[in-house]
Amino acid sequence: MYGGRVRAQCRNGGNRLVIASWPGVDPEWSRTIRVESTSTVDTPGTTRRWHLLDNGAQLARRGLQPVGTLLCVHGNPTWSYLWRTLLTAGSDPAHPWRVVAVDQLDMGYSERSGTFRRLADRINDLGDLTDALGLKGPVVTVGHDWGGVISLGWALAHPRHVTGVVLTNTAVHHPSDTALPPALRLALHPAVHRWGTTTSDAFLRVTHSLAEPPLPADIRRAYMAPYRGAGRRSGVGNFVADIPADASHPSYSALQGVSEGLRGLKVPALMLWGPRDPIFSDRYLKDLVGRLPHADVHRFEGAGHLVAEDRDIATPIFQWLAGNTEAAAIGGHGLGDSAEREEAAFRPLWDSLGKQAQGQAKGDTAVAEMAPDGSISRSLSWQQLDRGILDLAAGLREVGVKKGSRVSLMVPPGADLTVALYACLRLGAVVVVADAGLGTRGLSRAVKGATADFLIGIDKALTAAAVLGWPGRRVSVQDLPAARRRILGVETSLAALARRGAGSALPAHAVDADAPAAVLFTSGSTGPAKGVLYTHRQLAAMRDTVSRTFGIRPGSRLVAGFAPFALLGPALGAVSVTPAMDVTAPRTLTSRALAEAAAAIDATVVFASPAALANVVATSDAVNGAGHEALNGVELLLSAGAPVPEPLLLEVQQLLPRASLHTPYGMTEALPVTDISLEQIQAAAAESAAGTVKGAGNGVCVGEPVHGARLAVIPLAGDGTAPGSAFSTEAGVTGEILVRAPHVKEAYDRLWLTQCESAGLPGWHRTGDVGHFDAAGRLWVEGRLAHVVTAPGGVVTPVGAEQAIERLEEVRLAAVAGVGPAGTQAVVAVVETVTPYRKAGPAAPELAGRVRRAALEAGVGVSAVLAVPAQPTDIRHNAKIDRTRLSAWASHVLAGGRPGKP
Amino acid sequence: MKVLVTGASGLLGSEVARLLVRQGHTVSTFQRRPSGVDGATDIRGSITDDAALRRAVEGADGVIHLAAKVSFTGRAAEFAEVNVEGTRRLVRRARAAGVRDVVFVSSPSVANSGAAIVGLGAEPADPKRAHGHYSRTKAEAELLALAADTPEFRVAAVRPHIVWGPGDTQLVERVLARASRSRLPLLDAGAALIDTTYVDNAASAIVAALHRMDYVHGRALVVSNGEPRPIGELLAGICGAGDVAAPSWTIPGAMARTAGMVVEKLWILAGRKEEPPMTRFLAEQLSTAHWFDQRVTRELLDWTPGVSLDEGLARLATYYGSGQP
Repeated sequence: MYGGRVRAQCRNGGNRLVIASWPGVDPEWSRTIRVESTSTVDTPGTTRRWHLLDNGAQLARRGLQPVGTLLCVHGNPTWSYLWRTLLTAGSDPAHPWRVVAVDQLDMGYSERSGTFRRLADRINDLGDLTDALGLKGPVVTVGHDWGGVISLGWALAHPRHVTGVVLTNTAVHHPSDTALPPALRLALHPAVHRWGTTTSDAFLRVTHSLAEPPLPADIRRAYMAPYRGAGRRSGVGNFVADIPADASHPSYSALQGVSEGLRGLKVPALMLWGPRDPIFSDRYLKDLVGRLPHADVHRFEGAGHLVAEDRDIATPIFQWLAGNTEAAAIGGHGLGDSAEREEAAFRPLWDSLGKQAQGQAKGDTAVAEMAPDGSISRSLSWQQLDRGILDLAAGLREVGVKKGSRVSLMVPPGADLTVALYACLRLGAVVVVADAGLGTRGLSRAVKGATADFLIGIDKALTAAAVLGWPGRRVSVQDLPAARRRILGVETSLAALARRGAGSALPAHAVDADAPAAVLFTSGSTGPAKGVLYTHRQLAAMRDTVSRTFGIRPGSRLVAGFAPFALLGPALGAVSVTPAMDVTAPRTLTSRALAEAAAAIDATVVFASPAALANVVATSDAVNGAGHEALNGVELLLSAGAPVPEPLLLEVQQLLPRASLHTPYGMTEALPVTDISLEQIQAAAAESAAGTVKGAGNGVCVGEPVHGARLAVIPLAGDGTAPGSAFSTEAGVTGEILVRAPHVKEAYDRLWLTQCESAGLPGWHRTGDVGHFDAAGRLWVEGRLAHVVTAPGGVVTPVGAEQAIERLEEVRLAAVAGVGPAGTQAVVAVVETVTPYRKAGPAAPELAGRVRRAALEAGVGVSAVLAVPAQPTDIRHNAKIDRTRLSAWASHVLAGGRPGKP
Repeated sequence: MKVLVTGASGLLGSEVARLLVRQGHTVSTFQRRPSGVDGATDIRGSITDDAALRRAVEGADGVIHLAAKVSFTGRAAEFAEVNVEGTRRLVRRARAAGVRDVVFVSSPSVANSGAAIVGLGAEPADPKRAHGHYSRTKAEAELLALAADTPEFRVAAVRPHIVWGPGDTQLVERVLARASRSRLPLLDAGAALIDTTYVDNAASAIVAALHRMDYVHGRALVVSNGEPRPIGELLAGICGAGDVAAPSWTIPGAMARTAGMVVEKLWILAGRKEEPPMTRFLAEQLSTAHWFDQRVTRELLDWTPGVSLDEGLARLATYYGSGQP
């Protein structure tokens, strides 16, 4: 029964009075309907009154023919209000959908039945309602929380009508061997349950407080409105009590029916998830993905349980509906046309490694690690490496690592990582490689989001895993004492697994070239780090591109001072040595450590990040005669991850006099994309200064596409976006850079929306970088698309002006950002000076004047010049400036706020 | 074209009159003191004198109305009499005399409640929110002037933002006087982004409005150089041009705003005539951003500022004979 206050309002003119206080709801959508119940909890002939939000009548009145129906089912303790944005979007004439958002019985403004309705009843109730509504296909169900289970139960019971399912933070299965989430356990505790859910409104309040950012007061009030008074909250309490914690629970079999039935559900599925959810955490998402492997998944990093409140879910849902109901591929899945793929003779990543192990060089060193004293601390021959990989693979297989398992590798580059990585790949497992360069928070987010089944880590990583609750069964590198194992929750070690698998042979099975092989992470310099999924074929293509572009092949000997390339060494059949350094901090590579590593294997190739090179140059005095001799043997230096300033390269050349210095351009999603050498950089700079080549200048010249890669740009529009699909390679036309290559990533991991954006042009990857070509076919990178400033005179890309400003003697690092409304932004230059400012704030007028004049030479009018003690850069490269953050900070300061820290 | 310019003895008014003369128009001016504009006919009188106004508007095709009471201090009634009633009288007399076009020169402060302005256009004038007698009465006057706009009697409002230049007593002289006595602090390190208008640009925009009435009548347009700068740098530029040491001491803006309010009240209570060392208005001007979206203004007026900020500062330096910056 309705509570007093609401009843009074309802009797006096329907729901209008109440609806007036539901922000975002068109009163026309609210309706009630009496439905005859066939649920076992009710005596036959009982009718129940339901409240719905339903735009069906409105669409009909406007003469709009809906494409289909979205049947939206809320969870506990929300109500149909949760789906108001879908009703709004469904009412849009551009894509009319009937949206029926129900208030479940005993919830929202539906009838208080006085019964305890269990899961089976609720699924049946929903069927009763849709029968009464005469709802026919196509129907796409949308569910949240326990409404997710009920919506899926309905979908399984109505296979003829259902054409898709959408899920937001829900769960269909709880493994019997693990505890319920603590918050749920508390809510279910007999001492707490009645008081927490029904007597008081604590459960409601806590749930509403999960919104990130917090809900505005009027929206919170709307959520609370139907649940004022304990008498109206029995449904809330019953819902919680109906959660089956184990097999003895009356609703267990109904839940099993849904969770197992799901495996047979073949309709398109979309999962939109807020990972900051204390109840429906990533492990439930992982479980769902296991049951609906074809689902499109997007995790909104930073969003929580009430994802429908935290993010715009309507836009992606309707985008997805359009792609799945009009059979118009929107590029989410199966990127590109497979005909484009290089089908020619797929050689798995470990092919060369295996050949080396059986060839003449089998006894030679394959991988080596350097000790801080300059000696080789550990090395494996090709044969040992191959054997080690096979042994470990066999051991891993015995503990359950199989095709598709996700294995997080938190081991520094070196022999152990190499063995573990190739062992996993050979089993068809997916390696998850998140590095400490993401920072603790970024790393933790990345690891949790990837939901690894296993975590292989060094002590430090295992400790972090224990403290931060990272998922996955834990495997240490070395054998650990029993006590330590218990504390860290470690099951076994790599060493033990290798012993266990010693001498076994892997069953001969062809690896599926197009199955996922690895998840790597972006550096997170433009938002939270994104997981990037590669298939075996794409990893192999990356190897082949590096091999063909740089001539690295069996016989090459390389110093791996840059993690991503370190792992490619064995795949290229090249000897690799890890120098003595803290790989989590590239700046710790010294010239001596580099020289000693080079000497240990007579290196011909050096991989090092720009930050590492800077320190190598800074410590160049420490190299002795033997060291110089070893460095003299280096023929090729590759430095990637961030642009390398020409003066730094010139100093590096002093140390590596015979080496050709290359700074390939690329990204985690496609590495490498272009290549350029020092000589080519110098030539490009000269041509830019002379103005002899059209388009030369305004940006960092990154050279020409690597072997197998094609590039183009989508020209920028006045609003700083790169709309449309018409691409160009014309000299001097600035746009978002596109790349097409066999080694471009498969997809972003569980970021369906991001993937759609990046792969909107089939076969191409949108890099999010902006740049242009010159008449000689070289690419010039001008910055990030997200960092383009829209000034009244036109769009401004940051890099050209930044370079001009950095040519001032007193400036170490410059960043250009915009403040103010799009289209009329003021350009701000933020500088870090050689003698750093002690406090952030406006630059002295003299410096500001020089900076302004320098930028003007690059064609950019600067309004304000701010100085900071240090630029905010990414951790991995220590080079990519977070211009978005600077822009937000500058907006605050230049509006008259206190400077503080950027 | 016969054009009447009111308030032509001021910095901006005289520049407007001169520009019109240069363009070959027949120009008369109306104010209490001589305008000093060569080639223009001075009609002396007060905007509070209805009969004088009636004589002044006679035969004019266009009127540019700048006459106003501009001050930090003063009684509300004086502001209302000059700014509101003066405008009302002028509009009435101009319409009666068959004048076709009126450009009302206003101020962005008519729409400013004291909050930062970051890239906004011309928001509606709002006497209730505008701070201080000047802004409030200008807001009322702008509303009544624009309300009189019809296809036959066209009225537009142009709001130049912080007009300065050689001979300017409002901003430049104040800054120099305060700085030379070390009475000019930087608020919050002087980072607030401020747009200003060099006097020549303000004048050319106002005259452009008169020529572009087909496009701008009935509207208010904010005019500025479109070159926002941090206030500290701007003050340093002005001080440099005037050969005075730039302000170097910083106080928190919130403190200055509170202090300004208190000082202002005490000053008025004490009956002192000269300007107080800190007013709330000044504190707000010095500590919050004020810059504008100029795209619509430039398109409608078919106008761009001819003198850049740096060029303006150079002219100021020449004027003060310092030769800097």
